[in-house]
Amino acid sequence: MSSLLNTGRPPVFCPGCSHERITHGLDKAFQNMSLSGEQIAIVTDIGCSGLFDTFFHTHAFHGLHGRALTYAAGLKMARPELTVIVTMGDGGLGIGGAHILSACRRNLDITLLILNNFNFGMTGGQFSATTPSEVQVGSGFLNRLERPMDVCRIMSSAGVAYAVRCSSYAKDLAQEIENAIRFQGFSIIDIWGICPGRYTQRNKMTPQIIEDSLAKLPSRTNPIPENIRKEYGRHYRELAAEQKPVPSPAKIETKFHAPDFGRKEVVILGSAGQRIITAGEILCLAGLTAGLNVTQKNEYDITVLRGACISDVILSPEEIGYTGITSPDIVLALSQEGVDRRKHLFDHLDKNALIIRAEKIHLPPCNAKVQQPDFKAQKIKSSDRALAALSVLSKLETVIYPDMLESALAHRFKDNILASALDLVRRVEGLGA
Amino acid sequence: MAFCLMEGNEAIAWGAVASECRFFSGYPITPATTIFNTLLKLLPPLGGMCIQGEDEIASIGYCLGASMAGLKVMTATSGPGISLCSEHISFAIGSEIPIVIVDVQRLGPSTGSATRGADGDIQFLRWGNSGGLPVIVLAPVNVKDCYFLTMQAFNLAEKFRCPVFIASNKEIAMTRENIDIHAIAKPEIIERSAPPPGKPFVPFETSSGQLTPYFLPIGGNMPVRQTSSTHGPDGYITTDSDKIAEIQERLKTKLVSAVNGFSFHESYPEERADTLLLTYGVTARAAQDAYKAQKKYGKPVSLLILKTLWPVPQDLIREKAGNARRVIVMEMNLGQYVREIERILPDKKIDFLGQMDGRLITPHRIQEVIAHV
Repeated sequence: MSSLLNTGRPPVFCPGCSHERITHGLDKAFQNMSLSGEQIAIVTDIGCSGLFDTFFHTHAFHGLHGRALTYAAGLKMARPELTVIVTMGDGGLGIGGAHILSACRRNLDITLLILNNFNFGMTGGQFSATTPSEVQVGSGFLNRLERPMDVCRIMSSAGVAYAVRCSSYAKDLAQEIENAIRFQGFSIIDIWGICPGRYTQRNKMTPQIIEDSLAKLPSRTNPIPENIRKEYGRHYRELAAEQKPVPSPAKIETKFHAPDFGRKEVVILGSAGQRIITAGEILCLAGLTAGLNVTQKNEYDITVLRGACISDVILSPEEIGYTGITSPDIVLALSQEGVDRRKHLFDHLDKNALIIRAEKIHLPPCNAKVQQPDFKAQKIKSSDRALAALSVLSKLETVIYPDMLESALAHRFKDNILASALDLVRRVEGLGA
Repeated sequence: MAFCLMEGNEAIAWGAVASECRFFSGYPITPATTIFNTLLKLLPPLGGMCIQGEDEIASIGYCLGASMAGLKVMTATSGPGISLCSEHISFAIGSEIPIVIVDVQRLGPSTGSATRGADGDIQFLRWGNSGGLPVIVLAPVNVKDCYFLTMQAFNLAEKFRCPVFIASNKEIAMTRENIDIHAIAKPEIIERSAPPPGKPFVPFETSSGQLTPYFLPIGGNMPVRQTSSTHGPDGYITTDSDKIAEIQERLKTKLVSAVNGFSFHESYPEERADTLLLTYGVTARAAQDAYKAQKKYGKPVSLLILKTLWPVPQDLIREKAGNARRVIVMEMNLGQYVREIERILPDKKIDFLGQMDGRLITPHRIQEVIAHV
């Protein structure tokens, strides 16, 4: 295969910059793999590493600082057959830290070349995530306060299955790059290099120093045995293929006439665990069985399994505009904390309003009628009281009828749960005359 | 008649699927999370993808990659997340990457209140990008709009190659209501247009009169360039001021000049009315109640509900304001869109009703403002 270098746009790096060697190493790897331009996407970060996409005749995606891996992931998920290469400097390593860790955990088949020259070249040689503490760079004394990170060690902890470090001057650089690209999963090459424009203005760095420094580091086995696993994209498609298609949203046919009392507003005051939101939903479904318009708004705390839980339901033969409720027709008072949360609501209740109250609930003074079914005597446990209260409500025949409620249950539940819900609503006693 | 019971977020998810969206990425955040939950069920069985990003920056970044690979994409978040998306919103604008972004607004500033509604991001959506170029923002009123406007949003994103926002609100997103989803007419689905064959592909080139460049996907048969840098038609960074000016002007004109073609709204004019109620989003529901009550009591007002907020549908607003002497602008913030109305209708008396406490503006409060001359 011929070179994929863009002869119209040759590299523009500082004389002596090791990025130029990496450019040629990458081109050589592409040639050795017989890849053509449309089979490759080069995704580049910001800074000098962000220029790489312009030097090649391939698909190219140059984005924002630290985010290159995010675009690469989107491309690779959408086009699994594409060879996706990301170039990023040691600057991108810092600002894009969360994305690199995620990429390591995820294991999509992308190759990341970290063009590690130990400083921010383009912006003036400031310190990066890999700048040694003892060197002189463009951030004054600040790099003396921080510790450089060991890229391969961190990435292998994060789960990457292929992470090598090498020198830009390595004779087998093209082969190293090819090996990384051929690896079926996320692969990283931490390529150490020289930044003549900034870093070596005040610090000594030579190919020999790089080689000696790399030699001192512990050698690693690649792929990293404990991190070898399925490639994310393939695995995703496997699991996705097992997911069952979701049917179109269930339609509820109108088969009943609702009680002819116009718009009704119902507030259900309870606690987490009392199935308040399910009760609100069932009340709405009951309304739909009679062709009513319905809205349901819920209020609950950020806590789970504890705290007040409230559902505001409106049923109306007319279209519903405003969805707030200030003066409800019906209040189902099922827990003290639910009542306390909406204590001001009781100021607005008029004498036609009805409160269905569970035992031991203290209500603020109000004008509404209060009825108290004996749930305890009927052996109805707390988690069933919301549904039991709906049954009581249906037997009043002012908001919904019992057959609407039963039909709603049949839409919402199946099998044993439906049978026990039906049993419950049938055995609950109405309030009498 | 047959209704479904659905919340606004679910309707957005179904609207996305109906628009052939096949890639969603998002980060969990109340009150937007149920869009993610719903699409996680809907997309994978259709061969689509639903990804949980490590943050909102990544979530929208995945979308931009997948969009450039040719898929229809969407992300969804709320105030804290839309703030993080800012750099990628700018990218999508400047580099013409189609994407639908749902902002389910919650009470701000900052972390604010996760389960309280607001329309506090309306100016942020317009101006929360570096460079300040225009965007499209659609605002649903109810669950039906969530479905319908999401389909329109995808069409606009594809047609104009730009980000399109759906400015939802917790009060619509997490409120369930009846919807006859099968009766809502689907718009004809618009796709990005591929260049005519036979010529070399120049990614941001437009011919005379053409405002949106042709699209070819990254990963297709022809190498395609995409860049966040200031670029010329060839997709390479440029310092040529003439080329730069031409592209910036085109990015502005392609949306601003076209808004009359997508000025979604509802209008209820009353001949005898001297006052126009003007609103958007969930507040429109209270305004409709107030409008009906005023009419019933023999003191009619007109009502205009905007569903396209940006670019500002100026011609529509001027036309509907007509002979009204007074315009009352209502929104769930302390005064954002009212600035546009004051700008467009300098000869009218503009009254403002704003509220930013997590509660809905009530019809009663609107009627008080109407009565208070």
